[in-house]
Amino acid sequence: MKLFNLFRIAYRSLNRNKLRSFLTMLGIIIGVASVIAMLAIGEGSNQTIQKSIASLGTNSIYIFPGTNANGGVRGGAGSNQTLKLEDADAIAAHCDLVKYVTPLVQRKSQIIFGAKNWNTMIIGIRNDYMLIRSLSITKGSGFSEADQRSAAKVCLVGVTVIFNLFGDENYNPIGQIIRINSIPVKIVGVLAKMGQNTFGQDQDDIVLAPFYTVQKRMMISTDHIGSILASGKSELQVVDAVDQITSLLREKHKIAPSDEIDFTVRTQSELSNIFGSITKVMTILLASIAGISLLVGGIGIMNIMLVSVTERTREIGIRMAIGAKGRDVLFQFVIESILISVVGGVIGIVVGVLAAELVATFGGWPVVITPLSIILSFGFSSAIGLFFGWYPARKAAALNPIDALRYE
Amino acid sequence: MAETENLITVKDLTKTYQTGSVEVFALKAISLTINKGEFVAIMGASGSGKSTFMNIIGCLDNPTSGEYLMEGKDVLTRDKDELAELRNSKLGFVFQSFNLLPRTSAQENVELPLLYNNKVEASVREQKAIDALTSVGLADRLGAMPNELSGGQQQRVAIARALVNAPLVIMADEPTGNLDSKTSYEIMGIFQKLNDEGITVVMVTHEPDIAQFAKSNIVFKDGKIIANHPVTDRKIAMEELKKIATLTDENSTT
Repeated sequence: MKLFNLFRIAYRSLNRNKLRSFLTMLGIIIGVASVIAMLAIGEGSNQTIQKSIASLGTNSIYIFPGTNANGGVRGGAGSNQTLKLEDADAIAAHCDLVKYVTPLVQRKSQIIFGAKNWNTMIIGIRNDYMLIRSLSITKGSGFSEADQRSAAKVCLVGVTVIFNLFGDENYNPIGQIIRINSIPVKIVGVLAKMGQNTFGQDQDDIVLAPFYTVQKRMMISTDHIGSILASGKSELQVVDAVDQITSLLREKHKIAPSDEIDFTVRTQSELSNIFGSITKVMTILLASIAGISLLVGGIGIMNIMLVSVTERTREIGIRMAIGAKGRDVLFQFVIESILISVVGGVIGIVVGVLAAELVATFGGWPVVITPLSIILSFGFSSAIGLFFGWYPARKAAALNPIDALRYE
Repeated sequence: MAETENLITVKDLTKTYQTGSVEVFALKAISLTINKGEFVAIMGASGSGKSTFMNIIGCLDNPTSGEYLMEGKDVLTRDKDELAELRNSKLGFVFQSFNLLPRTSAQENVELPLLYNNKVEASVREQKAIDALTSVGLADRLGAMPNELSGGQQQRVAIARALVNAPLVIMADEPTGNLDSKTSYEIMGIFQKLNDEGITVVMVTHEPDIAQFAKSNIVFKDGKIIANHPVTDRKIAMEELKKIATLTDENSTT
């Protein structure tokens, strides 16, 4: 049998039964489109949730100086000054589970602009700080490496500070000089509004400056740093990163294994746990959506294929009576199924992507179309279409021609 | 020699059906020879086994036991694919219910056996289909769908489809069962013409009137052949049609 002839036969057969071909295709289109659209919406939600959780800093690692014990009276965490800049540099250099690290120095200061003044927290940072805290800048720009090296008199300000110094949150203060502890500092950027943190603290009441600017120009002691902020490579590796940091600092501070360490390493383990369970819920949700969509789509395809092939048993009888071999009939049905699956699958992908984009545009919902959802839905629908095109045809082709002809 | 050559030879052909615990004999040890160039009408009441016999010699069904030779070669030992090739190239079928593919034009229906025949090149396929349809008088209805054709025209398409691979035998199972008598005569006219051109025709019918167009009649009863005789006063379709035409003329004038 010439393959081309079979293609011609299959094409003619699809073409003269347009409604049936379309309905079969519709099963595949809906199956593929619904999986793609549902997964795109689900994955979009998942990523949005993950991003907003990540912005809380679940993989952040806080390193504070240890406690100070003086004649039996112990101070609280951070009461001792044991952390140095070298500690932060060493963590950056040697801890491979740590992604970003910045030393921090901070102090409450009075800031003045014109006739207005305000007391706020000045934090000296390296540029990694912005990445660890997921901070973004709405106006102006961040610090350059040159600013960092030269202890440039520049700063980034939060909107609460702008409101209190300039009277309007939306005022553009780029280029204005404010005085911090009588030191003139130029505003180079405005931090995006963060609102209040989990504990009701205003996160926009803040001024950031390059690390050396604060350490060398504004602090009394230039030897020690306030704390170190770092982030793990991923949420899951935070615990291991903490171990790495602890053993590194233990070594650097020359603390015997039996002695108490002179620093404290903390993480947001509570947040991490919540994050883990949310991720798990989202994964299960997405898997169920995909599974149910595939099942529904698959049953639709199966039904129309089974019904149409049963209806076509007589046709198979006619074809066999005029000389079609069993495998000719089988090939014809398989080619028809492939054509329907491929065309329907491609239309389904287009419809699914469009539906997802519509939701994104009009629903304002974030969607993420993953290649996996396309491969999964297309592969599964085609497989179902092929199998249920092939299997009943095989049964019909195995009949005696006369039985197929007399089939009611 | 060619005139009397054995085309179909069956020996002790038996077919039984199992209905529940009872074994029903549809055919009881049929032995028969059909020569090339014959025009055989197989007659009998319904349930006499005539259709079963026809389906078996048409390779659409298998006998329970017996021998079947076509052109001296064994048929029953062949596998399904070989039987399909045999049906495709040596046999042509005409059914009572026409069995055309629906929503498929006359020409495409006739092309179908050619599509299943590897020896036919694509370039000649269309011409062969048109020729076959022309020979049954449907040259002007090539693109017509079956539901646009009358019963007689549909049966002609079916005959053209049976003819298109130049078969040795045309097997017709009650070809006129769904047609009025004038149309039936026209179909018989086509069969007689094909027979004159050398194609063997085996036709099942229960109408004695139609059987008169054949060269010989075989009568089945209860799975056995009870009579096998040549037709003495054979009807010629062209003449019968003329008679009908004159009758209608007379009716219309009176």
